[in-house]
Amino acid sequence: MNLDSKIPSGPIEQKWSKHKFEMKLVNPANRRHYRVIVVGSGLAGASAAATLGEQGYNVDCFCFQDSPRRAHSIAAQGGINAAKNYQNDGDSVYRLFYDTVKGGDFRAREANVHRLAEVSVNIIDQCVAQGVPFAREYGGTLANRSFGGAQVSRTFYARGQTGQQLLLGAYSALERQVGLGTVKMHTRHEMMELVVVDGRARGIVTRNMVTGAVEAWAADAVVLATGGYGNVFYLSTNAMGCNVTATYRAYKKGAGFANPCYTQIHPTCIPVTGDHQSKLTLMSESLRNDGRVWVPKQKGDKRPPDQIPEADRDYYLERKYPSFGNLSPRDIASRAAKQVCDEGRGVGDTGLGVYLDFADAIRRMGEQTVRERYGNLFQMYEQITGENPYKVPMRIFPAVHYTMGGLWVDYNLQSTIPGLHVIGEANFSDHGANRLGASALMQGLADGYFILPYTLGNYFGSQMPVTEVKKNPITTARPEFAEAVKSVNDRVSRLLSIKGTKSPTSFHRDLGKIMWDKCGMGRTREGLTQALKEIPELRERFWKEVNVLGDGNAVNQSLELAGRVADFLEFAEMMVRDALEREESCGGHFREEYQDDGEALRDDDKFCHVAVWEYQGEGKKPMRHTEPLTFENVKLATRSYK
Amino acid sequence: MSTKQTLNLKLHVWRQKNASTEGAFAHYDAPGISPDMSFLEMMDVLNERLIEKGEEPVAFDHDCREGICGMCSMVINGEPHGPKRGVTTCQLHMRSFSDGDEIWIEPFRAGPFPLLKDLAVNRSALDRVVAAGGFISVRTGGTPDGNAIPINKAEADLSMDAAACIGCGACVAACKNGSAMLFLGAQVSKYLHLPQGQTERAARVANMINKADEEGFGACSNYTECEAVCPKEIPVRVIAETYREYVRSAVKGKAQGEVAGKDDGA
Repeated sequence: MNLDSKIPSGPIEQKWSKHKFEMKLVNPANRRHYRVIVVGSGLAGASAAATLGEQGYNVDCFCFQDSPRRAHSIAAQGGINAAKNYQNDGDSVYRLFYDTVKGGDFRAREANVHRLAEVSVNIIDQCVAQGVPFAREYGGTLANRSFGGAQVSRTFYARGQTGQQLLLGAYSALERQVGLGTVKMHTRHEMMELVVVDGRARGIVTRNMVTGAVEAWAADAVVLATGGYGNVFYLSTNAMGCNVTATYRAYKKGAGFANPCYTQIHPTCIPVTGDHQSKLTLMSESLRNDGRVWVPKQKGDKRPPDQIPEADRDYYLERKYPSFGNLSPRDIASRAAKQVCDEGRGVGDTGLGVYLDFADAIRRMGEQTVRERYGNLFQMYEQITGENPYKVPMRIFPAVHYTMGGLWVDYNLQSTIPGLHVIGEANFSDHGANRLGASALMQGLADGYFILPYTLGNYFGSQMPVTEVKKNPITTARPEFAEAVKSVNDRVSRLLSIKGTKSPTSFHRDLGKIMWDKCGMGRTREGLTQALKEIPELRERFWKEVNVLGDGNAVNQSLELAGRVADFLEFAEMMVRDALEREESCGGHFREEYQDDGEALRDDDKFCHVAVWEYQGEGKKPMRHTEPLTFENVKLATRSYK
Repeated sequence: MSTKQTLNLKLHVWRQKNASTEGAFAHYDAPGISPDMSFLEMMDVLNERLIEKGEEPVAFDHDCREGICGMCSMVINGEPHGPKRGVTTCQLHMRSFSDGDEIWIEPFRAGPFPLLKDLAVNRSALDRVVAAGGFISVRTGGTPDGNAIPINKAEADLSMDAAACIGCGACVAACKNGSAMLFLGAQVSKYLHLPQGQTERAARVANMINKADEEGFGACSNYTECEAVCPKEIPVRVIAETYREYVRSAVKGKAQGEVAGKDDGA
């Protein structure tokens, strides 16, 4: 497997400018001869499809929801980072770059992260021009807030609905192109297979979720913007439909999968209430700007929170990390919450919870100000828990939120399959082993608006001459398409014919339990080895006992779910294997054997690399490759937030 | 929570194979429902039980389950998104119901929302209304600095109030005329209060209203039921603003950019 990262030479701050100049272009008049498939319509997919459409390419965009505006980017609450330094508090492109590399526990590529920080400023300008109603100061300028892992205020926001507003900005740009006919939108279509012809990605196979029709689509390049795989844990903050199928199918067709074990557990989610729970709800990290996290000092202290005096409370984040306090990065805050709960100091009926308390903030600023800042979040909390957070502290607990791992891409965002580009959460590139808050929105839009439109042009310009595209246009008549359609149809028939006794959800729930217990916040060699035994057993039972009712040629949500669970059952094994072989702790990957008094202990001699998995065939162990990471600008150091 | 009293409910759920077959209510007993469940989790439980009995589960749209994606729908006891104000179906919790309640569950019914199966309908007409004008025609790149355009905080807040629309279509389902004016008004109003939205304001409102007519959405007759059921509590003032804009557009003509963005693309 060729893992040439294609990082341009030269000083880090000049790499992207230099590369932009050196990349090949496609003449505007020739762009209409190229067809591009974009799968996914979240921040990355919608911004890419809209921009490519504007540039004149023929774009087909697919999403499984009923409208592109439903993609789960919409649920991001807190904000988007940008190195604008509007607050005059010492921010710069270099500082955002530095914070992101350090926040990722030195497991990201420097050059990619620097480019991300550079284009962050353009994103804000773009969104303002589109009419995104960011929060404003009274003088009319843009407002900022702070987020975890940074000591400057660089996060732009639109109340607690920043993801929604940014996505609606990208969606409006996308719909504009749909109206103009440059982008064709295919909603309720789920990608089931990638089609590779002569070593290049040339199309996809989809299932129409209304009619059940399995169809092939040909193009000159395929872009995956299909998000993360957090739902492998069953319970996560992802939307119910989020799945690994598109990226996993691409992996099985030869795309390398990088760092699947890097998953982010978000510290502030609403705790689980019972077995019926279908998903977990995040409470934005921005709440930690003003809320204080604490548990009782004494184990088993069951007094109501307002009867526990200050002296008996442990504000453990402020105690352990005085300089970052409640705004410590996510991996660290989650781990600290797990520790205090393991010690028996957790709160709530289950003991799996810590307090996030606004009493001080309300005393300091008044309830009205707190309401202005966080009103909708407080309302959502009350809706779900039936408790009023203005009166009693919120109870929160960590939950799976984001996946830093994803398909391996080079500097041009191209996977190991030529012509297959991967953007947004679906790729692995920018966040290392831990993502900082408000950086996912930044990366999705950076990839879609400002990076892919250049690098895809370069791919066409350098490897797919227009004469060739015009003379021999790719069509679905190539036998590879018929084969892919057949394999999808076979799989659908197989799922429908099992007629077992258990629902797809029950298998998903069982898988989630294995993953959360053994490959969650704390991982051990023993647990991971056990999981490697349990997952194939569960998979075998799935293919014998699952019951998928209904037909293939109609709306069938059980069938959709069964297909996704089947892929999670294979993917989970690779994820566990990756966690087992990475014998160090870094960011969100915490191996209990490798720690320094609860802090992650990296092994830079052995593991300062990206682990990339290559598919070897059904039932065979995938092959692990590595891309070494070199740090020329940020000095490798133990991450400290103390 | 296990210590809390569970609910025993009687559900009447609309079942319909597809748009070309007739539908009817099916009746199910739903015992042992925890008050901590969301309404959709209650539906999950129902579906799991149906699968166990070998019956096809009820199809319904849902995705984020945190009240923001706008995909969940359902008319519950005659009201889109159910009895509670300002929430989507996924954020409605069973503690809003009592033991022994009967609950009638139907799809969003409106001419422009053809039924797909059971409780799921096709709301793509709303996307087509947006494609007709719900945007600012700005290309990627070459935009001025974000702080180059100061925006009055009060105006930015009015814009944000409208922009909070999640496009669920409850307003349409609640309206006797099947009018999408609250949805459309939210799209118009969010740009109306921003300086960036001024250039195309005449064309935007005219194109979107014409498209809504073409899609079969009705006109507004000021019942304001839409505001009552809107899970994001979009105020009806956006409809007043939109009609005012529409009149203004008719008087001034759509002079500035008759078809927004026509010259773009290659």
